[in-house]
Amino acid sequence: MPKRTDLHRILLLGSGPIVIGQACEFDYSGTQACKALREEGYEVVLVNSNPATIMTDPDVAQRTYIEPVTPEIVAEIIAMERPQALLPTMGGQTGLNVSVALAEAGVLDRYGVELIGARLEVIQKAENRQLFKEAMTRIGLDLPPSGTARSYEEALAVIHEIGLPAIIRPSFTLGGTGGNLAYNIEEFEAHCQWGLRSSPIGEVLVERSVAGWKEFELEVMRDFKDNVVIICSIENFDPMGVHTGDSITVAPAQTLTDKEYQMMRDAAIAIMREIGVETGGSNIQFAVNPENGHLVVIEMNPRVSRSSALASKATGFPIAKIAAKLAVGYTLDEIPNDITRLTPSSFEPMIDYCVVKVPRFAFEKFPGADDTLTSQMKSIGEAMAIGRTFKEALQKAIRSLEVDRYGFEPLLTWDAADPASLERARRQVEDGLRRPNWERLWYLAEGLRLGLGIDALYDLTKIDRWFLANIAQIIEVEEKLLRAPADGSAAQAADDPRALRLLKTYGFSDVTISRRLGISEAALRARRKAHGITVTYKTVDTCAAEFVASTPYLYSTYERECEANPTTRRKVVILGGGPNRIGQGIEFDYCCVHAAFALKEEGCEAIMVNCNPETVSTDYDTSDRLYFEPLTAEDVLNIVEREQPWGVIVQFGGQTPLRLARTLEAAGVPIIGTQPESIDRAEDRERFKQLLDDLNLRQPPNGAAKSVQDAERIAAQLGYPVLVRPSYVLGGRAMDIVYDAQGLHRYMREAVKASPEHPVLIDRFLEDAIEIDVDALADGEQVFVAGIMEHIEEAGVHSGDSACSLPPYSLPADIIASIEEQTCLLARELQVVGLINIQFAIKEKMVYILEVNPRASRTVPFVSKATGLPLAKLAAKLMVGRKLADLGVARKVALDHIAVKEAVLPFVKFPGADTILGPEMKSTGEVMGIDRTFGLAFAKAQLAAGVSLPTKGTVFISVRDHDKPAAVPMARQFRKLGFQLLATAGTAQVLTAAGIEVEAVQKVKEGRPHIVDHIKNGRVDLVINTTAGEVSRLDSFSIRRTALERSLPYCTTVPGALAAIQAIQALQEGKLTVRSLQDHLAALG
Amino acid sequence: MQRAVLALADGTVFEGRNFGASGACIGEVVFNTSMMGYQEILTDPSYSGQIVTMTYPLIGNYGVNEQDTESTRPRVEGFVVRECSPIASSWRQQLDLAGYLRRHGIVGIDGIDTRALTRRLRDHGAQMGAISSEAESVAAVRRLAATAPPLEGRDLVAGVTCPAPYPWREGPYQHRLGPAEGRGEFSVAAPSGGDTAGPPWHVVAYDFGVKRNILRHLVAVGCRVTVVPAATTPSQALALKPDGIFLSNGPGDPAAVPYAIEAVSGLLGQRPIFGICLGHQLLALALGGRTFKLKFGHHGGNHPVMDLRTGSIAITAQNHGFAVQAETLPASLELTHINLNDQTVEGFCHRSLPIMSVQYHPEASPGPHDATYLFQRFIELMRASTSRSA
Repeated sequence: MPKRTDLHRILLLGSGPIVIGQACEFDYSGTQACKALREEGYEVVLVNSNPATIMTDPDVAQRTYIEPVTPEIVAEIIAMERPQALLPTMGGQTGLNVSVALAEAGVLDRYGVELIGARLEVIQKAENRQLFKEAMTRIGLDLPPSGTARSYEEALAVIHEIGLPAIIRPSFTLGGTGGNLAYNIEEFEAHCQWGLRSSPIGEVLVERSVAGWKEFELEVMRDFKDNVVIICSIENFDPMGVHTGDSITVAPAQTLTDKEYQMMRDAAIAIMREIGVETGGSNIQFAVNPENGHLVVIEMNPRVSRSSALASKATGFPIAKIAAKLAVGYTLDEIPNDITRLTPSSFEPMIDYCVVKVPRFAFEKFPGADDTLTSQMKSIGEAMAIGRTFKEALQKAIRSLEVDRYGFEPLLTWDAADPASLERARRQVEDGLRRPNWERLWYLAEGLRLGLGIDALYDLTKIDRWFLANIAQIIEVEEKLLRAPADGSAAQAADDPRALRLLKTYGFSDVTISRRLGISEAALRARRKAHGITVTYKTVDTCAAEFVASTPYLYSTYERECEANPTTRRKVVILGGGPNRIGQGIEFDYCCVHAAFALKEEGCEAIMVNCNPETVSTDYDTSDRLYFEPLTAEDVLNIVEREQPWGVIVQFGGQTPLRLARTLEAAGVPIIGTQPESIDRAEDRERFKQLLDDLNLRQPPNGAAKSVQDAERIAAQLGYPVLVRPSYVLGGRAMDIVYDAQGLHRYMREAVKASPEHPVLIDRFLEDAIEIDVDALADGEQVFVAGIMEHIEEAGVHSGDSACSLPPYSLPADIIASIEEQTCLLARELQVVGLINIQFAIKEKMVYILEVNPRASRTVPFVSKATGLPLAKLAAKLMVGRKLADLGVARKVALDHIAVKEAVLPFVKFPGADTILGPEMKSTGEVMGIDRTFGLAFAKAQLAAGVSLPTKGTVFISVRDHDKPAAVPMARQFRKLGFQLLATAGTAQVLTAAGIEVEAVQKVKEGRPHIVDHIKNGRVDLVINTTAGEVSRLDSFSIRRTALERSLPYCTTVPGALAAIQAIQALQEGKLTVRSLQDHLAALG
Repeated sequence: MQRAVLALADGTVFEGRNFGASGACIGEVVFNTSMMGYQEILTDPSYSGQIVTMTYPLIGNYGVNEQDTESTRPRVEGFVVRECSPIASSWRQQLDLAGYLRRHGIVGIDGIDTRALTRRLRDHGAQMGAISSEAESVAAVRRLAATAPPLEGRDLVAGVTCPAPYPWREGPYQHRLGPAEGRGEFSVAAPSGGDTAGPPWHVVAYDFGVKRNILRHLVAVGCRVTVVPAATTPSQALALKPDGIFLSNGPGDPAAVPYAIEAVSGLLGQRPIFGICLGHQLLALALGGRTFKLKFGHHGGNHPVMDLRTGSIAITAQNHGFAVQAETLPASLELTHINLNDQTVEGFCHRSLPIMSVQYHPEASPGPHDATYLFQRFIELMRASTSRSA
């Protein structure tokens, strides 16, 4: 069928900010969809509040709205743009939910907008638990027994029928938010209450638990002519009970016979037809009883998903792109397979390798959070690896995670001769296996080393014996070949080519082998190469080599034939950012993608290296060549040796490639752009101090403590409060502000052990300072200050968690001039070629330098969107020798709008975690609000981040002593805006004394009814709560947590509250209006 | 584990490990791209004379069971994989793969770069090869491969057909979905979906190396099946008073079984005929078409085939090294199915006689079930023909 000609303009919804359960995969799919639709001549109108996405680049869609993805705002956009169709399946659960809301509210009918890809009934049938259950029953498929409930009483009635343990799944939520497994009635009540609150329609499904069953997923596509194909089967290593996003997953399915697989395939096709997904991709999950093969359907998603992104990367079949083309009327046979070019897309990919995805977690960031893996997703990112065997792919995936593990490192120590020690270790292993947790892989290895058999491990974990047997093979080889030489003699395995080859085909990293043998990694590498054991590259081609592949999408393995065939062009390798984590996410991938685009424009061959399956960078379409590989020194050196690039870019992928810079440089790899030497000058504390001294620049007074006594002395000298952090970790990890000697002691005791090798760094903390972020471009001579951002939250809140405004909204011109001047000085001194990011603090008109990062920063995409300058692209061009002048970048862009970036925090996913902001970054994503005034832009940013600021009602204020003076004008403003005030005793006293009408309420520890009771009773519309020190933090924890769980807006800083006031004022003055990014940028002239 | 060597006729050598039986074997080396279903592949008589390489690297994961067999024993000459599983993990498994091959004397080799081998076969064509775990020298294995007689012109059917006619009663594999039920099982006699209105259709199935699942599907749509040897004459077949004739799949070169072509010629127009794979090629030859050898054949479970009458696409199981030349199809035949990957002939029917045939495997096993509708179509063909003659 040819494409539809009755459609001209198509609306596409993005998924908004990166949150747990909804990450870069929707930028990947949305970008593909935009490109595919444009290619077909349609005009694409895009809505997404996430500025760090490629899809929101002004040249991806014709009309781009960086606006909140809410039904009200999208309705405004529809009214303005009048699209004929809405494609709801590319923006995750957010896109789907907003589309449903628009359809149900009659907006789509009113403007004659057709839902393409998935009609309303289809979405409802797939998403509504009851309708889905009825549909499955009609086609004779089983589901676990279940019932829906809209109240706890109804839920009780269901549990009476089906019994415990049971899973509680809220309807219409993403990443299983609010979902849980209950073993007893007490847990059941708690989980039901939370689930009912989490569901936007207040409904939960109570389902008999099939925890321990095998879990599978199929990625399915259907076209208008009812052709259905399965793109990929995925088998979960972790059985049912662990959210698939938190599970290790493997493609293709490994332990199904063809008869069993075809039954599942038949079921999937029947489901597609019964649910009525006319076109596009869906994800269907199944569980299989390992004892008898009993197959049940768990759920389906009638849209692209995290799994479809994984399946696309795992097979080379671009699901989102094809889904977009099917939505406008093409059939599968009319779309050529990109990779083979000569065969059509109406086929099922066959792969000749094994793919393993391993999730990455961040529990260390959320003290108090339960790290048990359950039906609610908790992971922040994932790494995927490809190998010819499961063993190889698994070990590659482990080292791709960048959690400082390169294989199956031991977790425990025991004395094999001491029965008590052995028993203790065995008990620890059993505990580590019985309860699903992220370290289970390593506990399995320890279990094997302790002599637990495969059956014993299976009984503890229900992980399929096939996976266990493969891990057993790894451990067996390790024990046999990598016994550390007890006498210190040279390691034998390093000189035994057969042993080395076996180890490498099993996926052992050079790090693991060399550590176990007690030699250096470089020495091992040299010996290995001397024995001729070098890596080979194979192609991901969708067809298991049946046809010739035209797309160089490669992975490494130790085989006989290498298919890399490097070209002789001038080529540049871009090192990506690896798995998403807090502090390093989509922003860096955005930069890498731009680098690839820039290199192509400059006539270079762009070679991408990355291992994150969610991203645009790992789309084979993005670069000229893609190596889907771990970002370790070994793997990167292998690629560089094979490709012999003209240059390697380490600036764009965040800390991941930077950490490799020195090793690569030492190995003679040509690093382009700012040199590692300069990076080191900025990162090494002593050298950095020297640098600032030389330039006569100021930093907060500081010192390094090698012992507790040292720390006391330094802190006393600097004066409290002080900012403390370990010298050897990055991303604000374990950074804290301490207010007194007692706090310092606690920190030194509990958080960090100081030692001469690892001193604790202590800075004077600049209280109430304004923090500034600057991104600039430099070509080695000239410097261009691209964006100066003023943080809303004060210095001390991690820059990644702070909202910020571009341009600054309160800084005087002389300060801005001084910041620009200092930026230029530093960029020139460090001979920056490419990007540089500097963080300043302004206190009492003094400018302090907090940090200098001669690389791409998290704010690069935000600045690019706000100013219309593609910073990362320009930076990449500078790195290959272009100058700022010939790129036409010189004049500062005068904005006539204000852009506000707001961070999005994952606290709701971690019951027990505090919501207070501090020097350690905790946000997973960001949104941008853009409008004429700061208030409007901030209001939009809040809305986009899921916070609806009230325009009337009651504000609760409880602030620390330090903030009490500031609370007075703040409270006065709230009164002026018509709000009632509640406050705890201390704050109320100050306000009353200032003549402000306020009702005093009790703190939690003061007796009932207390503030939490008031919040629970719905008396409060906005919470303002600042704290100082551990004790007050603990006292007020339940206030913030309750506000969070009730989706009540809350501010934990005074500047945050003041910004909220401006936004509320703007909201009171009228309704929000929308404007496309293209219009904003055109106005800049 | 013992060393083994695989050599191709062009001199290419792969060294790996022996698994399954030890010894030597020769055959045409082909690759199959299915990711599952190795047991069905091993036991498919169409692989007689061939050494099969699985492109999916991890084979043997779920072991072997007595239900997933397409004939009484493995029919491949040799088996080539990247990695034979260390364990058989499935609630249905009864034996591990290596043990199964050993029991049946099939020589396997693992630990080789099967992708490199596949690319070699893709670029240079399927060719004869040999595996040996015992030869003293690589040169000896190479010699074995170089001197092996090619498939063209060899009658491999004689080695796999049944010795005497027999009835077939078993229907397709079904897995009871109910949680209380235990194992999967084969249905017996006419199951649901079949034609239960009238007496069962009697089908005489020519066994050129028939896969059991074809027979099961015939049972499923309401047929009473009598399987007969390949050398059965038309009059012998017609004496059984069949309502329809089925021509099965089978190994090798269709041109090398003249007696079968002759038999098919004698049956044209006598009864409705349905041919699959080799049966399809024999029909084409009997009707005046010609066949040719594909460069490396179609062996896998993901080939898109379009039904030209409906425009719908089935993902199909395929296993053939020869194909019907489209331009030699006589005017009496209508092309009904084509392969969307390479536009080769996948099916035709006769414009006036009740004859239909497909190159691919609607019975799947292993592979997708998209094309099982063809068995129902055969019933319709028989019904139409009965009413016409009545």
